[in-house]
Amino acid sequence: MITVLLAIFLPFIAACLVPFIHKFLTGRRIGWFVMTVPLFLFLLLLRLVPSLSNDAVYQYTFPWIPSAGVYFSTYLDGLSMIFALLITGIGSLVVFYSIFYLSEREAIGRFYTYLLLFMGAMLGVVLSDNLIVLYVFWELTSISSFLLIAFWYHRKQSRYGAKKSMLITVTGGLFMLAGFLMLYTMTETFSLRELIAMREVIAADSLFIPAMILVLLGAFTKSAQFPFHIWLPDAMEAPTPVSAYLHSATMVKAGIYLVARFTPVFAGHAVWFYVVSGVGLLTMLWGSVNAVKQTDLKALLAFSTVSQLGMIMSLLGVGSLAFASSESAHIALFTAATFAALFHLINHSTFKGSLFMVVGILDHELGTRNIQRLGGLATIMPITFSIALIGSFSMAGLPPFNGFLSKELFFEAMLSLQNANLLTLDSLALLFPIIAWIGSIFTFIYCMVIVFQSFFGKIPEPFPGQREAHEAPIKMLIAPLVLASLVVLFFFFPNILGTYILGPAMVAVYPQFRTIEGLVPEIHVWHGWNMPIFMTLGVIIAGILLYRFLGYWKGVYRLGFLQWTLDRLYNAFLTFGERVGTLVTRTYMTGSVRDYVAYIMLIFIALIGIGLAGFQQFVFDFSNDAPVEINEGLIVFVMMCSSIAILFARSRITAIILNGVLGYSIAILFVVFRAPDLALTQIIVETVTTVLFLLCFYYLPEWRTEHKSRSTKWRNGLIATASGIAVTVVALLVQGHSLYPSISIYYETASRLAGGLNVVNTILGDFRAFDTMLEVLVLFIAGLGVFSLVKLRRKRGADQTEEK
Amino acid sequence: MQTVTKIVFFIILTFGVELFLSGHNNPGGGFIGGLVLSSAFVLLYLVYDIETVHRGTPFDFKRVAALGVLLAVGTGVLSIVFNVPFLSQATRVVDLPVFGETELGTMTVFEAGVALTVLGTVVTIILGISEDVE
Repeated sequence: MITVLLAIFLPFIAACLVPFIHKFLTGRRIGWFVMTVPLFLFLLLLRLVPSLSNDAVYQYTFPWIPSAGVYFSTYLDGLSMIFALLITGIGSLVVFYSIFYLSEREAIGRFYTYLLLFMGAMLGVVLSDNLIVLYVFWELTSISSFLLIAFWYHRKQSRYGAKKSMLITVTGGLFMLAGFLMLYTMTETFSLRELIAMREVIAADSLFIPAMILVLLGAFTKSAQFPFHIWLPDAMEAPTPVSAYLHSATMVKAGIYLVARFTPVFAGHAVWFYVVSGVGLLTMLWGSVNAVKQTDLKALLAFSTVSQLGMIMSLLGVGSLAFASSESAHIALFTAATFAALFHLINHSTFKGSLFMVVGILDHELGTRNIQRLGGLATIMPITFSIALIGSFSMAGLPPFNGFLSKELFFEAMLSLQNANLLTLDSLALLFPIIAWIGSIFTFIYCMVIVFQSFFGKIPEPFPGQREAHEAPIKMLIAPLVLASLVVLFFFFPNILGTYILGPAMVAVYPQFRTIEGLVPEIHVWHGWNMPIFMTLGVIIAGILLYRFLGYWKGVYRLGFLQWTLDRLYNAFLTFGERVGTLVTRTYMTGSVRDYVAYIMLIFIALIGIGLAGFQQFVFDFSNDAPVEINEGLIVFVMMCSSIAILFARSRITAIILNGVLGYSIAILFVVFRAPDLALTQIIVETVTTVLFLLCFYYLPEWRTEHKSRSTKWRNGLIATASGIAVTVVALLVQGHSLYPSISIYYETASRLAGGLNVVNTILGDFRAFDTMLEVLVLFIAGLGVFSLVKLRRKRGADQTEEK
Repeated sequence: MQTVTKIVFFIILTFGVELFLSGHNNPGGGFIGGLVLSSAFVLLYLVYDIETVHRGTPFDFKRVAALGVLLAVGTGVLSIVFNVPFLSQATRVVDLPVFGETELGTMTVFEAGVALTVLGTVVTIILGISEDVE
């Protein structure tokens, strides 16, 4: 339990500490401190792996907002473990790599703070059991991703990419939240574990499909599935370690995690299968086709990530069919798809991580990552070349690399659809392997592009780099080397991974099939001359042919419909939104305070009017009221006189003083009614307000009689009178009804419950402390707002004088 | 005027703190305490000029407000660490000099946060506008 809590909070704590420690560990040395965090957590989590394979789970709950069903509950099972290990493992390597990647002049402290923030949030996502907590962490990953993409915020493209990713992922997150709330209305719980147990209840509910679609929208936006993938290529403006970490290994996999997590809740329904695997396959095809035409290596890798994510997604979709079938032989067939998905998830992190780091090295050493300006580097940078070769060939699905194994499993899973005549699938069953096969061919082509166009051929003249090209320093090569060796290791020993890491995860995805034979299949490097191997051979042959003649058919990409239509749509939508927003705002933002007051009052009257109309019980009960004393009458008379006098004041200072009289009279009234707290507050507020008025006096325009048209005057008068009447009516009505239980119970219990005798304060500070806390926050934000507005105005004023 | 202010300032300050501390059982509390404190500072600024006061109180009121927010939110978060619901309060009676027997608890810290925020915000706004005048 402590491990899980530590895993979530240690990165956050470290993120808070980074600015302070940065003072002592200056420059890039701060990276060593940061690296200890994921490394420590990785080892800590690794210790739990053996117990997880014995079906142990680590669960811990403590109340956060129990009244709303929100418990901060952590939960570690096999599925969370895969992701947690990826986050911490790849995290350590990425931090190690970034130490040498970033230059000393960058804001290194800020970079690592964001990175740790992300790490904590991501671990929070995969280790939370409560959906609301999960959602909070989910959005936190979006925010930290935004900050990291915009790390070089002086670049316009960075800001654009950051905004785009934020808009798309956060919108998706909101949809997901709506889905969670629907699930809550069905089951009255936010706990994932309880949701899985209530599978039948959810499936029978009429909100089943909407909730499913909404949750999937969250997953698809996060995992860059078609048509939401457009943010990922633009996110490549981030520093390369960030791209390697967030945008290929971890954050974009959060959507995969969500889908896998919700498989036991939603799976078995035809819609789930068709949407998940359909969108997944489409994404795979679209991503791989688009990747081939890229000239920027990072953009190419971005599209390839999109495509690989689609592939994993489609496998999860096929895996969901296990819930729809009844024969145990079929079940094992489909669970194998999920197994392939999880296996490929790990493989993808290893090879794509190493590829990103290679691209980072090229960028770092040569100053460009444009394929057209690269070439012939195999002899100059042999180690970098080997890593790129391993990574690309693994991605292409060639032996002896782990990508080959998962690609075989992928084909097998797609072919297995034919055996199952489930969910009216017969005619479509053939389509799935065909799309998968075409997607794989394009995958093969862009892998060849990476290897051959940047490392073979002749060295371009003039050479892109300013300096003499040479092998990258060994320090930068360590991290990608570790990943590349994992790529090879996983090929030779896949079953260690299968038993210890994937097995528990399979149990987590299929809790009810834990007894079924073959839930965790053996992975064989060679399984005879069967269909998948023929498909792989076909991919290789077609891929090589198409790659050879790439120059002849590349023109296809210039066809109209293949252009960036989705991007254009996004941009047009933003421009359109801004224009409409401006238009609407212009109509009511007149710049006159008087108009704004009128709006506020009108809405106020309307709300009360509607409320009263619905209420329809006009009982004025004066029986409980105390008789009006003469002194009270006098005070009220003074108030009335001063407020009427304000209307006829000839100078502004008279008006301010009259307003003060009004305020102090209210204070006196409070004293008379024995409300010392209110009286005190009123007096001090009045004093401070008067000071403020005096300060502002300097700026206010000349006080002059305004000559407004008669109708305007009547209108304003009407609004003023109506709001006065509304308040009076409400005040009188409140006396006549007791809709809510009296709060005077607090008078008796305050001392006992909150240890205070002043009931007002115990309410403020204890019973309703949450409100008070937020009010304090609002006050602070308002203060900052005023401050910055004033400063901004002065700055602009200074600029204008300079221009003169 | 300046002489009087020197004395009055401290009286108001003490009054503000007293209000703030006594808030639990008697009229007063964080909000009012903060307001009284800020009015004391406003008086100072009125009597002396801004630079003089700045020399005497070399801290940024924006930071004071931020510290207040941190305290208020911090007590809430702290209660999570102690495994009780968010914003739970604990109390203990402590004897303070000058102010007599006072209950000190996380509530007091919370209220201190409120007071500091009010103080910081009010002074920031007033200073912001008045500095603009010059």
